[in-house]
Amino acid sequence: MTSIIEVGNVTKTFGGVVANHDISLKVEKGAITGMIGPNGSGKTTLFNSIVGYHPIDSGSIKFEGQEISKYRVQNIARLGLVRTFQQTRIYGKMNCVQNLLISIPHRKAVFWDMFGRHRAEDRDKAEHLLEFVGLYEKRLLMGGDLSFGQQKLLEFAMALMNEPSVLMLDEPTAGINPTLINGLIDRLKRANEEFGITLFVIEHNMRVIMNLAEHIYCLAHGELLAEGTPDQIQNDQRVIDAYLGAH
Amino acid sequence: MKNISMNKILLYAAILAAGLAAPLVVPAYTTQISYLWVMIVLAMTWDMQGGQMGYNSLGNIFFFGTGMYVSAVVQIGLWHPVGDYTYAGGVNLFEFTASQYYIGLAAGIAAAGVFCAASAYPLGWVLFGLRGPYFAIGTLGVAIAAGELVGTWEWIGAGSGISMPPFPSANPDASKFTFYFLNFALVIATFSTLAWLYSTRFGMAINAIRDDEEKAEGMGLHTGRYKRVNWSIAAFFIGICGAIFGNIVGFIEPLEVAFQTVNFGIFMVIMALLGGKGTLWGPVIGAVVFHVFKEVTWTYLLGWQWVALGGLIVVIVVYFQEGLMGWMMRMKPEWFGIRVEAREAAQ
Repeated sequence: MTSIIEVGNVTKTFGGVVANHDISLKVEKGAITGMIGPNGSGKTTLFNSIVGYHPIDSGSIKFEGQEISKYRVQNIARLGLVRTFQQTRIYGKMNCVQNLLISIPHRKAVFWDMFGRHRAEDRDKAEHLLEFVGLYEKRLLMGGDLSFGQQKLLEFAMALMNEPSVLMLDEPTAGINPTLINGLIDRLKRANEEFGITLFVIEHNMRVIMNLAEHIYCLAHGELLAEGTPDQIQNDQRVIDAYLGAH
Repeated sequence: MKNISMNKILLYAAILAAGLAAPLVVPAYTTQISYLWVMIVLAMTWDMQGGQMGYNSLGNIFFFGTGMYVSAVVQIGLWHPVGDYTYAGGVNLFEFTASQYYIGLAAGIAAAGVFCAASAYPLGWVLFGLRGPYFAIGTLGVAIAAGELVGTWEWIGAGSGISMPPFPSANPDASKFTFYFLNFALVIATFSTLAWLYSTRFGMAINAIRDDEEKAEGMGLHTGRYKRVNWSIAAFFIGICGAIFGNIVGFIEPLEVAFQTVNFGIFMVIMALLGGKGTLWGPVIGAVVFHVFKEVTWTYLLGWQWVALGGLIVVIVVYFQEGLMGWMMRMKPEWFGIRVEAREAAQ
């Protein structure tokens, strides 16, 4: 197995607060990697650092062997590294089909592509993906009129439309009802197997992450606390202590 | 579907016919309708940023004034030294033959559009770094600064302004009709261009920027490029609009005519809001209603016309931000294709 994302000794501070301290981890190509940790342990900060939302203080971040820690958000996205948000973000005043159509990959877009029309195969793909996440019947509704859970599914479909090589999901099941969660786990696994997309997932729901991920990292207080298979993590006393607050 | 597109063609044909026939059928209103086309162009181009892209510009009037001055300089400069012309106040000493006039007018209008489009692009590099209210204030600053700078620039007449070359015909109707049809052609060109633009990826991309720019960046959209091109296209049409308008007025000066931030600069925003921002037809409808309201109050409420206009602005901004199109979209979403549709129904 080769790693597609390599985070090496990354430190990020906000004023006096050390959000990430000397974190190193690897995401294996084609696998599903998980990240857990109590609230405020620095998971989302690390996600933001990887996708270029803010500069890091020190360390290195490599994507497919290329150093990306100095790149800007759009450039990183165009390399094929896409993330979803904890607070779902979709285009509220556009319908679901439009939300997907504008999410096509912009990797090779040249200047004149701005004025191009949407190709029939993009429309087919958009409708296919909306069917895949179960939003086909609502495809002509405005994104902003969907429920929170449906917006999460829409955001997931948008990410798939972008054909990323790595998809980073920030709490994909938060706010989704328990029956939908099973469907979502299933779809995440299928996205990984059928479309070959590497997944890197932040998740608080232990049942979900233990089911999904092959390798899990646990953060606490901005530092890497433990790593291993779901079994190893579940039985790691440090992880249990961190979650129960025995620090 | 066929019926809808047939209706659309009929509607466009009717508007086109009405626009062409208006100066012959209601000659007394030619100037008012001519000004209406100006208003529609200003409202539609403002909506490109304010409505479709979520960037509320208060500085679009900058391109209006710049287009006006660029055109004036070209129209005069092709045949006479500009500095001497403005120093002399332009009167009597300098002659323009009819062909000189028309060549100058065509060149001036073209130069105004190109210059404004070209200057919007680098300005966009600087100003689109600002978001929300800061963008509004930043663009307003550009327009005000331009007015003040032009007001001190002797070569183009400074605060005393420029008298435009006189129209080469003693018949007042000739110039009225000429500029009427120029304005009408401009409004058709603007509307067609925007209707086409909004149907391409460009329209969707600027809507995405309006709804969530950070998300659009995160999806790899070339947001900066879209924003600058958007402003450039708008500036092209506003510049031409200003060039024609300067010739209609006949005398241009920086603060009241060219860079009139408090009049046209605000009107364009109000018209787009009134009609419903972010839609193709909203600014057009808003401009018509606003223009009629303005003309009526200027005629029947003289003395109180500014109070009435201020009242209208307050009412729109406080109670009716969604505008006429927004209100219709809320009441009748199915008219706009917003509906639940199962697989069976689609087939």
